Amino acid sequence: MKNRWIALYVENQVGVLAKVSGLFSAKSYNLQTLTVGTTEREDVSRMTISVMADDVTFEQIKKQLNAMVEVIKVIDLTTIPIHMKELFYAKVYDLNEAGKTEVFQIAQVFDQGGNVTVADVGPDSALLQCMLTERRNNELITLLKSRFKKIQVVRGGAVAIESISTSCR
Amino acid sequence: MALDITGRKLFVKALKEEGVDTIFLYPGGMITDITDELYKAEGINLVLGRHEQALVHEAEGYARATGKTAVVLVTSGPGATNTITGIADAYYDSIPMIIFTGQVPLHLIGNDAFQEVDIVGMTRSITKYGVTVRDRKDLGKIIKMGFQIAGSGKPGPVLIDIPKDIQTIAGDPEYPTHVDIRGYHPNETVHIGQLKKAYKLIKNAKKPLVLAGGGVRIAKAEDKLLEFAEKMQLPVTTTLMGKGVMPEDHPLFVGNCGMHGRFASNKALTECDVLFSVGTRFNDRITGDLEKFAPNAQIIHVDIASASISRNVAVDVPITADAYSALERLAEYAEGKDNGVWLDRIKGWEKEHPLAMPKNKMEICPQEVCQAISKIFPEANIVTDVGQHQMWASQFIKLNKGQEFITSGGLGTMGFGFPAAIGAAIGNPKKPVVLITGDGGFQMNMQEMAIAAGMGLPIIICIFNNTNLGMVRQMQTLFYGKRYSVTDLKASDGKFYPDFIRWAQAYDIQARRIDNPDMVEEALMDAKKDLKGPVLLEFLISPDDLVLPMVKGGTALSDMIIK
Repeated sequence: MKNRWIALYVENQVGVLAKVSGLFSAKSYNLQTLTVGTTEREDVSRMTISVMADDVTFEQIKKQLNAMVEVIKVIDLTTIPIHMKELFYAKVYDLNEAGKTEVFQIAQVFDQGGNVTVADVGPDSALLQCMLTERRNNELITLLKSRFKKIQVVRGGAVAIESISTSCR
Repeated sequence: MALDITGRKLFVKALKEEGVDTIFLYPGGMITDITDELYKAEGINLVLGRHEQALVHEAEGYARATGKTAVVLVTSGPGATNTITGIADAYYDSIPMIIFTGQVPLHLIGNDAFQEVDIVGMTRSITKYGVTVRDRKDLGKIIKMGFQIAGSGKPGPVLIDIPKDIQTIAGDPEYPTHVDIRGYHPNETVHIGQLKKAYKLIKNAKKPLVLAGGGVRIAKAEDKLLEFAEKMQLPVTTTLMGKGVMPEDHPLFVGNCGMHGRFASNKALTECDVLFSVGTRFNDRITGDLEKFAPNAQIIHVDIASASISRNVAVDVPITADAYSALERLAEYAEGKDNGVWLDRIKGWEKEHPLAMPKNKMEICPQEVCQAISKIFPEANIVTDVGQHQMWASQFIKLNKGQEFITSGGLGTMGFGFPAAIGAAIGNPKKPVVLITGDGGFQMNMQEMAIAAGMGLPIIICIFNNTNLGMVRQMQTLFYGKRYSVTDLKASDGKFYPDFIRWAQAYDIQARRIDNPDMVEEALMDAKKDLKGPVLLEFLISPDDLVLPMVKGGTALSDMIIK
């Protein structure tokens, strides 16, 4: 079992999200995250899907998706160079001054050019806004959980795109 | 520019341009505009069923008998939900069909309006494509897409949901001749390299075996299969849905395989060294325990749906192709081959355990009834319901060329048989239909007698009445210590209801009860004479008759219960 990534181009129509997500529940595939938004074409949406699956199941998932009339194209992101980020927010509560300072320090350590910031602060709380890889986000959440008693996390799911190929650079 | 027309007019125009000659329908509030338009249309036979589930099975029978895409029209809400079992049945057996459902007007969708259901949502996992028409301008395009999708590639049901107002709004009068569907590209080519690899494997095999499924019939590849098998001297076994794709009196035909397959077929599957499977999805009823399925074989799998390949069974040579194009090429490659030793081995298994036929009984033996039907009706289409009788029919009916065997394979839907027989008779009125059904399954859709009798359809209804739900009872006999929980259909006073003979008389059709083994053939011959409408024959059989051999669900094909 491995975590794998697929990008899907689909018809931007009512019911397509339900059809795609329904496949995962109907066939007991282990869906981790699914994000969807429109593309440069209004009638086409793109989904980024992460699943936990063995090789055989993953092949089957791709074939099943390909068979859907509403799915225009399936791209396996597992083996190609990609850019992938996930947005998430973490609210940390019940902070004293030392705690607040620590939140700022953590943000600094994880930040790479402005993708981890303290977006808001209150008298005893702080809000982190992060856009990192899913794995880095996991690490940050683990750290926050271990350091603070009460946190609230909202994750957006990963969005990915293929890298610009070297021949185009 | 041509003048705009209403959606209902475009609907009828579309069906006419598609060459639709029959619609299986049931009216209701949200399709009154369409049925009004059909009232004025000529050349379309409107078959008014008595229940929407049955309508869909009728459409399945029609599609199987004609090879055409069948059309069903029902209203919204309960009309639509009643079709669901039929749609699932058509989906699992790859039957081309379009189900049109009425829907509440667009502005009421989502209001829990009267007779509103999200039928597209409900059927998403059992349709090839499903959509609600939300804009009058898309109506023609969507209907065209429906026909293109339902009948091509791996065929299947398409559901088109048409809100009431779409039916009455005026718009574009054109019905397109073709629609480009960017997400739908059924496979039309075959990978030559893979085919050559497959051919080489078969040629070098010592114990090759062909497993042919319903895909061979759908692709009309029977002749190519036969040519290939004959040239290479390959033994052929078939799945339930593939029954009849190989002439059943042919020396290379081994028999059906699977849970109630022939001993020789299941043995051959277990011992073969190269398995060439075509047009089958390796359903669990065919494979038994996957770990022990064809354990010694390299497996070649030809299927039109790539998602069917390497799903249940790991395959050595996958070939995504239509059965016809693959078999046509293979038949070209084929050279003579001597498999004499292997063929003799298979014949030995057949001799060792031929299909069991209980002897010296005072009671009617259901297997013998099947044989008699086969003998007396060598040209009729055979339709079955689901249960013991279905398996006996699959074992003992010998199909000839041009005879269809219409059965519910994937979903195993009780209640399928009678309406499917009606649909088959409507699709092909010159060909008699023999329905083999049980006392349980027949009661699930017997209301359709109103149309069978009303239309005078040539259907010989053979009810194998053991007053029990035999297939489940058989499991109770073999695996549950003969605790016959809820399988006895008799009333507490021991009486069986209904009296099928008196019931048939209510529809003014001939009916006869047969309880004497010596009268079986005569009753069938009598029924065949001057067949002008449905005839009902009730064969009284023992509840203790078993379908054998049997492979217990989940166990290896080689572990057959023989006695």
